[in-house]
Amino acid sequence: MSAVDTQSNGNGNFRTTEQVDAVVIRFCGDSGDGMQLVGTQFTNVSAVFGNDVSTLPDFPAEIRAPAGTLNGVSGFQLCFSSTDIFTPGDEVDTLVAMNPAALKTNLADLKRGGTLIVNKDAFDKSGLSKAGYATNPLDEDNDSLAGYRVHKIDMTRLTRDSVADLGLSLKEADRCKNFFALGLVYWLYDRDATATQDWIKSKFAKRPELVQANLAALKAGADLGYSTQAFTVHYKVPPAKLPPGKYRKMTGNEAVAMGLVAAAHVSGKELFYAGYPITPASDILHELSKLKNFGVRTAQVEDEIAAITATVGASFGGAFAVTASSGPGIALKSEGIGLAVITELPLVIVNVQRGGPSTGLPTKTEQADLMMSFFGRNGECPMPIIAAATPGDAFDVAREAMRLAVEFMTPVFLLSDGYIANGAEPWRIPDLKDIKPIDFKHIKEANGKDGQYMPYLRNDRLVRPWALPGTPGLEHRVGGLEKSDGTGNVSYDPDNHQHMIETRAKKIAGIANHIPDQPLEGPDSGDLLVISWGGTYGSVRTAVQRAQKDGHKVTLAHIRYLNPFPKNLEEVIKRFDKVLVPELNTGQLRFLLRAMFLCDAKGLNKMKGKPFLVSEVYDAIIENLKK
Amino acid sequence: MSTSIELPVLTPKDFASDQEVRWCPRCGDYSILAQVKKILPTLNIPKEEFVFISGIGCSSRFPYYMNTYGMHSIHGRAPAIATGLKVARPDLQVWVITGDGDSLSIGGNHFMHMIRRNVNLKVILFNNQIYGLTKGQYSPTSPQGKRTKSTPYGSVDAPLTPLSVAIGARASFAARSVDVDINHLCYVLERAANHKGTALVEVYQDCNVFNSGAFDFASKKDQKVENCIYLEHGKPLIFGKDRDKGIRLNHLSQPEVVELGKGGVSEDDLLFHDEKLENPTLAFLLSQMRYPESPEPMGVFRAIDRPTYDDEVNEQVKEVTEKYGPGNLEDLFSTGDTWTVE
Repeated sequence: MSAVDTQSNGNGNFRTTEQVDAVVIRFCGDSGDGMQLVGTQFTNVSAVFGNDVSTLPDFPAEIRAPAGTLNGVSGFQLCFSSTDIFTPGDEVDTLVAMNPAALKTNLADLKRGGTLIVNKDAFDKSGLSKAGYATNPLDEDNDSLAGYRVHKIDMTRLTRDSVADLGLSLKEADRCKNFFALGLVYWLYDRDATATQDWIKSKFAKRPELVQANLAALKAGADLGYSTQAFTVHYKVPPAKLPPGKYRKMTGNEAVAMGLVAAAHVSGKELFYAGYPITPASDILHELSKLKNFGVRTAQVEDEIAAITATVGASFGGAFAVTASSGPGIALKSEGIGLAVITELPLVIVNVQRGGPSTGLPTKTEQADLMMSFFGRNGECPMPIIAAATPGDAFDVAREAMRLAVEFMTPVFLLSDGYIANGAEPWRIPDLKDIKPIDFKHIKEANGKDGQYMPYLRNDRLVRPWALPGTPGLEHRVGGLEKSDGTGNVSYDPDNHQHMIETRAKKIAGIANHIPDQPLEGPDSGDLLVISWGGTYGSVRTAVQRAQKDGHKVTLAHIRYLNPFPKNLEEVIKRFDKVLVPELNTGQLRFLLRAMFLCDAKGLNKMKGKPFLVSEVYDAIIENLKK
Repeated sequence: MSTSIELPVLTPKDFASDQEVRWCPRCGDYSILAQVKKILPTLNIPKEEFVFISGIGCSSRFPYYMNTYGMHSIHGRAPAIATGLKVARPDLQVWVITGDGDSLSIGGNHFMHMIRRNVNLKVILFNNQIYGLTKGQYSPTSPQGKRTKSTPYGSVDAPLTPLSVAIGARASFAARSVDVDINHLCYVLERAANHKGTALVEVYQDCNVFNSGAFDFASKKDQKVENCIYLEHGKPLIFGKDRDKGIRLNHLSQPEVVELGKGGVSEDDLLFHDEKLENPTLAFLLSQMRYPESPEPMGVFRAIDRPTYDDEVNEQVKEVTEKYGPGNLEDLFSTGDTWTVE
């Protein structure tokens, strides 16, 4: 649906305003061109305007790959919409390319008939050669851009002109051209630039000339759209009808940090966080480091092993303890996590998954650490695993991870991924009353005969008590050696070892009695059950909805609780003829489902460091229905 | 007027757990355990406030034998665990028990960073120059050429000097003693217990099964007086049965042994020990004096005041809270741009 109205711009030129439901924009350029920044600004402005938004930042692992090369291209895609959306979009409506390399690597995602805005000035001999273009794609006789609405704009020159009076160096002047591009796109999509203007003013407060320059570039970009005849249409995307409430933009990493702080705060505890910098998890450390006035103690320690073990120490001392990392770091933490499992101490380990194995693709997303979370430790070492579905969902999942850890005296894996961590969406600010404190207590009196303290005397959930050092009479030793149930003394007794392995497993399995049943999106039974987990939720959900609209009997089960699975999962699976498991790995959840429930689950598996397109999942659904 | 609460008078026995001690007969660990149990009651600190954290190795069984809080953790990680605990619970007295393999091989990284951060921990490093629990492989402190199960033709590894590593990492307290030198060990442990910051005590510990006699030079009565210099703050470095030998710095500032009274050498010509020097050069130089090339210093090499990590972390929490007020979740959630949907 689109409404059109026509107006004069005062120059005697008439242009139309078209109303559209949703638009996908991608800004791309060199990693030094400030594309993440303008993408974030556009997202903020659209969110504040009331659109639903979903973002996909995509940047290279190198901070500054050689300028102008294909490896150095950084992109930021966002979808903003007047309806509920769950993904940053399959196809790009408007592509802003700041140099030839960006054009070359991104053009394939621009839909036919889409708008292409390029910085003509960057298409010189050197730029073209770095991108591997033999001829200039912008030349009139070059038909590689046929079928797109192309706007070749001399952005570098126009930006320099707009800041000419401010006495900047050429380098500083050229740095403003991202705001020129942003200004133009703001005009094109009828955005209010006020929030960005405020941001510029506060960001460059110490350099007034840079405030002036960036504001001038932003305005020059908008003026260009307004005054030239090239842009005959501009677009309006009305606000989305989101549930009432107060909103903010939230990324996955921010949500994890806030969820953990909230969980501790409402429970009257202080958070201890130890971490080692690693992409894409570092922002959790950054966020928590700011929150010292919540009593958060953060320690950037010497390595990943120190991070997990410091957390074990803090947990022994009674803190709500957390560490976060990504695949390579989690691998290093394995032994420390095992120590937390055998000492039965509560802590949360956040794994922001990225492409692997080894260093893999540090800045790209993947879901390939599920098996590691289940089995990646020596010995029989079960622990709960839960996964966030969207950036905002990470807030609830973080609190839930802490609840499970503390209520069941166990380390808990919280799985996120690069897509959730850096992606953003509108987040409805919760009512504080809805954030329930976690139920815990520290034992104060000896629980055994003759005043003896029994550190492994369990309750009906098989959970052992949490005694704080400093409590008289409860002195006890824990450790990595197998312990006798009850007394906690070192034990090499064969029967006790079997009993302890089974007891630790039973305790974790029993958590199924204290989590919600698996919710379904769609009918209770039918032809196909799609089972997904983690950050693929948006694409899979959108694809399932589309298939449902097309009349197919398809239902989605998006799993949050991966270990233990919800109690009803097996029975749900049995009500469907077929099962499809789309994952950004070679089929790890599918492997588990097949092994545990003897179901003939099929997979859709993508390992490209990128999220699923909706169309990819939709096509797989249709194909599996046909089989 | 303040009312004083009578603390129960504790004895070494109060610190003994009900677990049977299972080190090899005549192992040096027994003595170290006994001396620790002896000095803890003198500190007037309630028993429940002590936590002993160890890694892996023979010495790391130590916490099981103490009737305090404790954790027998994983190999090399005790300093990191203790750091987390001490930051979260600065009110506790946290001791780290480790060995030469545990702290200098697998745990070398944590050892160094604990020391540079100056976490307020007491660290006893049982140095027996051998891997005992795995039955006799050479360790990072074994002398070059050492023949062990894993080095049948002699070790080619250059060894580390633990105190040099510690002083290089800016240790605020570094000391050395010997397992069976009971009075000296008690003195050094007591000094460590009363130091604020990472207090490292290296104890030469005899592994009578796999490395017997490695420290005879420093433990046998007749040998130690000739081979060891017992450091005293502000006093010249004098040693020998007749206290007639001393250490002087030569024109290259290198230590040399001189005989008092010979060639006009008097006490004033000798090197005077100063454990409080901010500059670590002297302490490092002392740590490099190793038997048999030179007589070896024993005692407190360095004891300086330096802010502790746990204090600094907690102080920052306090400062930020005073500056911005106690955290408020509603404000936190609303940071940045917000909008309202009706």
